Amino acid sequence: MYKILKNEELAPKIKLFEVYAPEMAEKAKPGQFIIVIADEKGERVPLTIADYDAKKGTISFVFNEVGKSTKQLGLLKKDDGIWNITGPLGNPSEIKRFGRVLCVAGGVMIAPMRLQVKALSDAGNSVVTVVGARIKDLLFYEDEMKALSDEFYVATDDGSKGFKGLDFLKDVLAKEKFDRCVVMGPVVMMKNVSEITKPFGIPTVVTLTPIMVDGMGMCGVCRVTVGGKMMFGCVDGPEFDGHKVDFDGLIKRQRMFLPEERLSSLLWELHGGCRCGGK
Amino acid sequence: MAESKPKPKIKKEAVPIPKQKPEERRRNFNEVALGYTEEQALEEANRCLQCPKPQCVTGCPVEIEIPAFIKLLREGKYEEAIAKIKEKNSLPAICGRVCPQEEQCQLKCVVGKVGEPVSIGRLERFLADWERERGFKVPEIAKSTGKKVAVIGAGPAGLTVAADLAKLGHKVVIFEALHLPGGVLVYGIPEFRLPKKIVQAEVDYIQRLGVEFKCGFLVGRTYTIPELLKERGFDAVFIGTGAGLPAFMNVPGEDLGGIYSANEFLIRVNLMKSYAFPCYDTPIRIGKHVVVIGGGNVAMDSARSALRLGAEEVCIVYRRSREELPARKEEIENAEEEGIVCKFLAAPTRFIGDEKGWVKQMECICMELGPPDDSGRRRPVPVKGSEFVMDTDTVIVAIGRTPNPIIQRTTEGLAVTRWGTIVADENGKTSLEGVYAGGDIVTGEATVISAMGAGKKAARAIHEYLMKK
Repeated sequence: MYKILKNEELAPKIKLFEVYAPEMAEKAKPGQFIIVIADEKGERVPLTIADYDAKKGTISFVFNEVGKSTKQLGLLKKDDGIWNITGPLGNPSEIKRFGRVLCVAGGVMIAPMRLQVKALSDAGNSVVTVVGARIKDLLFYEDEMKALSDEFYVATDDGSKGFKGLDFLKDVLAKEKFDRCVVMGPVVMMKNVSEITKPFGIPTVVTLTPIMVDGMGMCGVCRVTVGGKMMFGCVDGPEFDGHKVDFDGLIKRQRMFLPEERLSSLLWELHGGCRCGGK
Repeated sequence: MAESKPKPKIKKEAVPIPKQKPEERRRNFNEVALGYTEEQALEEANRCLQCPKPQCVTGCPVEIEIPAFIKLLREGKYEEAIAKIKEKNSLPAICGRVCPQEEQCQLKCVVGKVGEPVSIGRLERFLADWERERGFKVPEIAKSTGKKVAVIGAGPAGLTVAADLAKLGHKVVIFEALHLPGGVLVYGIPEFRLPKKIVQAEVDYIQRLGVEFKCGFLVGRTYTIPELLKERGFDAVFIGTGAGLPAFMNVPGEDLGGIYSANEFLIRVNLMKSYAFPCYDTPIRIGKHVVVIGGGNVAMDSARSALRLGAEEVCIVYRRSREELPARKEEIENAEEEGIVCKFLAAPTRFIGDEKGWVKQMECICMELGPPDDSGRRRPVPVKGSEFVMDTDTVIVAIGRTPNPIIQRTTEGLAVTRWGTIVADENGKTSLEGVYAGGDIVTGEATVISAMGAGKKAARAIHEYLMKK
């Protein structure tokens, strides 16, 4: 059991948990992820690490309450226990002095991006950060991100705050030279940003969140085509060259279990999950 | 109590093991073989000739004194009989179920020369079940040596090493990357062949020997092997991480929806209990026409699981012929009884998907057998222009697994072969001092019992190393 030390709602249905996990806290690095299992019947849910503190022995992660597993997790309170957490998993991000870096984060991935921006900034980069969400109410960490960045932009899908959509990035990129772009967010958004940076020749790193089961190279469900080669998101990634990823294939694979996810979620909403007793 | 003296004439047929009827079991996950009754076990035990120079023992990778335990069994001394097995094997209920006895102890059985060999595995299972139902006795544990051993991986090799070293008085911690111990025994072998509660019971027994389990701990990502040795107070390390990475065929369309690696499929079904979805949260989608590619035990397990999950028809596609099928004979028979069909001498060339990215057809090419290859089996050669198309909506790729690379990538100085397996001598000693390895991570994909055999030898070598240190 992993004890929850903090449960904070960052935006509607977006929750941050801080848990006591000293061994993980000691080893975690930006870009890595963990696998969270709420209880004995739970799924293995991969979530990107949003923060860690080796002194306190804690790690944090942020999730969106969308499916059954995350809704169930969201009900846990401070001092409750999480059945199992495995991590840190995946390869850490490459953090060094690149020069000028564009960091684009969408939705819940704003949280792990904060870690990234901080690390890149500490490594001597000048960082331009963009945070985005569907609507302005789903934005969080704006002030903190602004403070950590040299330049800061906000974008929303509906234009309720900041720029409407990410097309403004073309103007930003046309004005000045960037040495690297880091994108974390929904697949469609990472695809769009990769398409925007490609003509400018900016090396672009995306953090892929394909469907995973074990998260350590055993099952191969997280396979993704990168530069024509089959790669595993969990052991070869989670970060890949955004200009080489087959995003359309990835989007299709991510929808594989939608009917099952909907059923599971519906049963959870109706009466707290399946009541067949495990038969 | 039955008559304990051997009968003058050998009965040629072994006592058959009662099984669930095929028409019933093909739709449930309950164990297929029900196990001998006491009477049946005694009758079968009486077929043993008690050879003075027993050949069966030479066929057993962990050297169980087979005639001795069978003798105790037929004298009705069940407690002593199981204790005899456990001198050598800490996981008898598992081995009694999943060992390929027909290629090991039973292959060498003298009775087998005139009829069916003595069913050693079924007798082992009978005794193990008898004991488990009554509660385990914890054997004597040597005085603490003050030495600490890290075992990486709680599969058959790791569990064996841990049990043996704990009995010798060493402190053992098992680091398991998944959330439950058992390795392939829990994520790979289906419930109907090896019930998880039996694995759990044998794991509990090992825990009672004083072994500590740390689950959800991926060595290499959290602590590395050098850190375990230098900073975390361990005197030796055993690597038993198995063959975990799935192999794919690298044919077009392999990333379509509905195409699972056998590992993914079996992890979902066994470890995550997808057959009980939505009560358990991890889903699995099974179509009407399931194709399994491969011919080993993993292919049989996948095919039979798919059937139990509601597939209308399940077809195994294997590129060689029936004679070369690597799966256990008993499991092939079980599969066929349940209605699984095999298509031999064919191999997939591409997968065809629908507009949603879900597989709908598989194109295959026919094969013929050429001269033997490196594996000693006749090499399948494609027959030009023989392509044909099969309808399918679920494909399970069961063509083998390769070693997981995380340990190798994070342990400097550890010698590795070009196949990614770890180099170790017959006692499991690797290129690094104090680091031992055994099981599939050394040999490539093999059996539960051979991994246990490697674990036994490594335990002996580690003990020797620790006592000299």
